[in-house]
Amino acid sequence: MSTVMKSRKASDIIVRHTEPEAVVIGVSAGGLKALSAILPTLPADYPLPIMIVIHLPPDRNSVVAKLFDDKCALTVREADDKEDILPGYVYFAPPDYHLLIESDRRLSLSSEEPVLFSRPSVDVLFETAADVYGEGLIGIILTGANPDGAAGLKQVVKEGGRALVQRPDQAYASAMPEAALAMSPQAESLTLEQIADELIKAVQV
Amino acid sequence: MPPKTEDIEIRLLLEAIFRKYHYDFRGYAMASIKRRLLQARDHFNCQTVSALQDMVLHDPGMMTAMLPYLTVQVSELFRDPLYFKAIREKVVPHLKTYPSLKVWIAGSSTGEEVYSFAILFREEGLFERTMFYATDINHDALKKAEAGVYSLERIKLFTENHRLSGGKGSLSDYYTAAYGAASFDKTLRKNVVFSDHSLATDAVFAETHMVSCRNVLIYFDRELQDRAITLFKGSLARKGFLGLGSKETLRFSSSADAFTDFAHDERIYQKRDVT
Ligand SMILES: C[S@@+](CC[C@H](N)C(=O)[O-])C[C@H]1O[C@@H](n2cnc3c(N)ncnc32)[C@H](O)[C@@H]1O
Repeated sequence: MSTVMKSRKASDIIVRHTEPEAVVIGVSAGGLKALSAILPTLPADYPLPIMIVIHLPPDRNSVVAKLFDDKCALTVREADDKEDILPGYVYFAPPDYHLLIESDRRLSLSSEEPVLFSRPSVDVLFETAADVYGEGLIGIILTGANPDGAAGLKQVVKEGGRALVQRPDQAYASAMPEAALAMSPQAESLTLEQIADELIKAVQV
Repeated sequence: MPPKTEDIEIRLLLEAIFRKYHYDFRGYAMASIKRRLLQARDHFNCQTVSALQDMVLHDPGMMTAMLPYLTVQVSELFRDPLYFKAIREKVVPHLKTYPSLKVWIAGSSTGEEVYSFAILFREEGLFERTMFYATDINHDALKKAEAGVYSLERIKLFTENHRLSGGKGSLSDYYTAAYGAASFDKTLRKNVVFSDHSLATDAVFAETHMVSCRNVLIYFDRELQDRAITLFKGSLARKGFLGLGSKETLRFSSSADAFTDFAHDERIYQKRDVT
């Protein structure tokens, strides 16, 4: 197990022994704006893969990857089934499919039943990612009006990963970050700018 | 890192199911099947997956009860309407040049995809010359497919999908509604053979002009996907068509070279003339 000094403030020092390997993000209402404060700040050589579930009406969803690909230095895609997860790539779950992480570091899709009325489900992504990356995972919950992601983030923490949550008082919709913090009190509650900073700091040696 | 106990147990359970019942889930994508097996464990009140294995091995009725956890049965009529629109507009003109046709719908689940094809082929004047093979490993699903009865609540979505696929008449021409259910016209399945066939263990059974296998390969690992795609290659006549689910790809298969992209966005491929 890594040594984690549990903290809710970004200024506290966090000592970790495992290198981060991957980032997962779950976001719902107000998500495009929130992601716009984070993804475009990451440099082209950012070394971690980032997997994202955003709840959107199905027709909007498929243009999201394209939208961010234009705005970001990173390569942003909608996930294809069984593709290799590459460092520095951003993968969005496609409309109407769950996105899961396989132990051989590949992406999998599934059309099984919605979870908490959501497909894609943040919980499904986070739970499978926690299973594969364990302590090497950073899980992030941003704005949203439903509790999807809370159970998933709890699993990230349980497997030794790091949990970051957007400050509910700053979120466009506070229910999702509130639910996540309620289930994972040890998660760090931060502003979007602080989350973007933490993602950079996490990979500095 | 040593493997997690649960992962060992899941491998052993799948091995047990294969040895005892000859259902082969060993090459399935683990992330999704693991989630569903842990749900089964909880549903059957087992403390561990090993305890579930004990039940599965000693009670043959358990295999039937486990199938809904091992397979995913989500489907719609004209699911992804643009796929069916591409078949209608781009594939049908090629199929029209054949005097008789065979179409294989692999992983047909509860039949929605079969009725979509039957209706589309009827609208396009191909129905009478076509033989459809609808295959799946789930008996209950095959039975439901054969019955062709769906809850009326789903008809609104089906109707909209049918329209978006370029549907010619009204979907209501093809079913009768009674007691909250829509029964599809039985003449739609007069040229359909429903049968038990596994892409994981069975061989090619017929030469076909089109294979539609949608949202089945996503549950397989790359190796098993490759087996299935190689079966499709073996079954398809030269210049035959292969349609996959909207996020599935031939890209990782050793048989990829035998095909060309036919309708890229709709994931429809055509087998090459010479392979
Ligand atoms: C999600 S459904 C797809 C239904 C339909 N093709 C569609 O796209 O709407 C997946 C189906 O694949 C079937 N299946 C799973 N493993 C299979 C195998 N080895 N061989 C044939 N069918 C299989 C399942 O029983 C299930 O009915």
